[in-house]
Amino acid sequence: MPELNDYRTKVHNDWCPGCGDFGILNAVQMALLELKLKPHQVAIFSGIGCSGKTPHFVSTYGFHTLHGRVLPIATGAKLANTALTVVAVGGDGDAYGIGAGHFVNTGRRNLDFTYVVHDNGVYGLTKGQASPTLSKGLRTKSMAAPAIVEGINPLATAISAGYTFVARSYALDVRHLKETLKAAILHQGSALVDVLQTCPTYNDINTKEWYAGADLETKAPRLYKLEETGYDGSVRDPADAHEVNEKKGQAIIRSFEWGEKIPIGVFYRIQKPTFEDMLAIRMPAYKETPLVKQDPFHRDVTQLLESLA
Amino acid sequence: MQSHVDWIDLLVALDKESLFGDLHKQYPTHDGHRHEVSPGGGIIYDAALRLKPEDISRPDVNLYPVPYQEVLLGALKETGHDKELSKYQVMTNTVAFGASVALIDYDFDIVAEAIKKGFTGRKAALGELNVRAARHGYDFMKKTFHDDSAYKLHPVPSKEKRMLIKAVQAVGIAKLRAGCTFQTYYPITPATDESEYLENHQKDYNTVVVQTEDEISAVLMATGAAHAGVRAATSTSGPGFSLMAEGLGWAGHTEAPGPVVILYQRAGPSTGLPTRTEQGDLQFVLHAGHGEFPRIALAPGDVVECFYDTFDAFNYAERFQMPVIVIADKFLASSYRTVPIFDTSHLQIDRGQILSESDLAARSLYKRYEHTPLGVSPRSLPGTRGGIFHTTGDEHDEFGHITENSENRVKMMQKRMHKLQLAAEAISDSKKVNFFGPKQADVTIVGWGSTKGPILDSIQDLEVDGIRCNFLQVRYMSPFPTGLITKYLSNAKRRVLVEGNYSGQLGALIREHTGITMNSKILKYNGRPFSQNEVYEGVREAIKNGVKEVVMAHA
Repeated sequence: MPELNDYRTKVHNDWCPGCGDFGILNAVQMALLELKLKPHQVAIFSGIGCSGKTPHFVSTYGFHTLHGRVLPIATGAKLANTALTVVAVGGDGDAYGIGAGHFVNTGRRNLDFTYVVHDNGVYGLTKGQASPTLSKGLRTKSMAAPAIVEGINPLATAISAGYTFVARSYALDVRHLKETLKAAILHQGSALVDVLQTCPTYNDINTKEWYAGADLETKAPRLYKLEETGYDGSVRDPADAHEVNEKKGQAIIRSFEWGEKIPIGVFYRIQKPTFEDMLAIRMPAYKETPLVKQDPFHRDVTQLLESLA
Repeated sequence: MQSHVDWIDLLVALDKESLFGDLHKQYPTHDGHRHEVSPGGGIIYDAALRLKPEDISRPDVNLYPVPYQEVLLGALKETGHDKELSKYQVMTNTVAFGASVALIDYDFDIVAEAIKKGFTGRKAALGELNVRAARHGYDFMKKTFHDDSAYKLHPVPSKEKRMLIKAVQAVGIAKLRAGCTFQTYYPITPATDESEYLENHQKDYNTVVVQTEDEISAVLMATGAAHAGVRAATSTSGPGFSLMAEGLGWAGHTEAPGPVVILYQRAGPSTGLPTRTEQGDLQFVLHAGHGEFPRIALAPGDVVECFYDTFDAFNYAERFQMPVIVIADKFLASSYRTVPIFDTSHLQIDRGQILSESDLAARSLYKRYEHTPLGVSPRSLPGTRGGIFHTTGDEHDEFGHITENSENRVKMMQKRMHKLQLAAEAISDSKKVNFFGPKQADVTIVGWGSTKGPILDSIQDLEVDGIRCNFLQVRYMSPFPTGLITKYLSNAKRRVLVEGNYSGQLGALIREHTGITMNSKILKYNGRPFSQNEVYEGVREAIKNGVKEVVMAHA
């Protein structure tokens, strides 16, 4: 029987003590173990930033790519070998800033993969500049002045772009995160899991205590779980345009709830043909055998040449 | 014949502007083409213009006024369409075309067949009508004018089977033959035609073609697919290639077995002249991306070389684990050529060293970036048991994990860059350069890419003029064939560079690698391809008048 250790490498981890990344890393490893995915059947891709080092700590195939470019590379690998379980990880700057174009267009394709975004509101590796998710008016400790631009809403953006599984979790609630990741990986289609995360070094606003509601009069935790409120984000009938729009609208409205109460859980989920399914309509053989297992090396192009004669 | 000339032997003027230009406009663009007709040539024009010969003022050419509309009406009458002249007015061009065919005495049946091919399905009846219009133009010429044209065109019998092909097709077919199953692209002139060609055949050849959100994604998606074990490619032009610089660095640094990038150069910088040609990206291809990493760059000179170089590119990408760039241009991309059907019987696939599950089981430890005596680390494909590896754009150790260790850095840099040396040794000299003409000559012309045709075609005329030339065509830009070029150029009497750019980029590259300088440069950067006569005139100017730099600008 595989155990958690089989998903770990011996690479020295240099994340700051108390970093939310540890929770995400553990949850990823636990999810893979519980889904009984063999390490060699999984490929983890990352961008650049503190989160970028994640693949080096997981003993699956690991690709540490470029800042903002994780999705194209992960997409290429998945399309070449559809038998691989592909998980991409990135930071909020990676995903919603420099990689925003790829983020939107990958959602449009609905490739079967999971994107885990470390969302802590700051660029940690370059020492604390505002990331695209930091709210307007906030000033974390290394910023010269409060942010003068709006923060992006990743969930609403993802739903609009076409992601078919859109969820939010919390790095310090490893159990919830692990379950969310499992559902995301099992989901057939593009899954976004935006993970709220503390950065103990640079984000002195959205701290562990802040999420726990220590600054509130009620002292009640800010985070609450959608699934415990009877919220249902799953589309029952994908062919029912009315239901689809209702569920999208509901999810987008809920994704803007931010302040004393912050929802986590699955906001929106729909089962639709994946990019791979669509390619298979054009090329039936694509569905049967992953490209990498096919033999295209004995092709005869005589007919193509003769057609020009 | 592998090039065009700038003069016109037979001008078919559809309107007045074709003859006299648009000088009446506030911002005129040209003064017509009647000056460009060669002495002894001919001009077909609309008799309805009622021009006198002195209006055209070319006593040295034959004039053929044809009443386009009247002839067209005759054709329409036969089918009862003569009441709809305005609807079919545009067919006067087919009348003029038919007239020109008569003048060169070409086989009308071939023409009729060609016209019909352009009108299929619902438009077939229109095709028939056009054939009729052409026939009337043809007959009008035959019965109205003496057969005095000096220019005739007759089919040449050929023993071998030939095809009509342009580079975007040759490259597409080469990719399919090479086993490429993954093509990405972002729409851009003139590269898109190649991706569309592949997409049209993707079902038969089971090839994924992805239209990406930009060229950053295009190059990286192909790189991801290459790492995952398929032969992957992308095609673009200069603006797209600029965006790919970052991705090429990652591919080179992570020793990805690809992608193959086909660059169809067009006139830059920026948007430049987006539908026109140039050879302005050579130095950029060799340096695109920050830092130093290996890449192979090939520069085919015609449609045949485009085919074989593209095929080879995939072998190199996998064998040496680096990106390979094939540098073509707009002129090659969309110029049709008649060539013998490509011989594919000798083509061999070489995937480099890939470890299977059993290969891996026999090893106690697998290191993706292992230093090996052969110089290229064997790779495993993701999904293979026992082959787990990591990779990163950071400097890494043999396992692909990040390290800033000084000794490791030096070894890894040397390992990656040394692969270029390996490639240089493994690839036969006959592929790296072409040398045409006598060993000893008054002039050695040096060029690359699509100038090959006009250079070859000009050599004969120069010989007639008493200028004996040979021609060194450089085909491999990286690894650069320093030794071969030194051999051919060090004893050359006069070296004349012919390039379609402003600065003479190949000349600079040759000087960088060999110290050899060019005696003269013939350059062209107005977006138009070199003609045969421009090379001829340029070399004459350089030799007879000792001009160091001749700039050609015929449009």
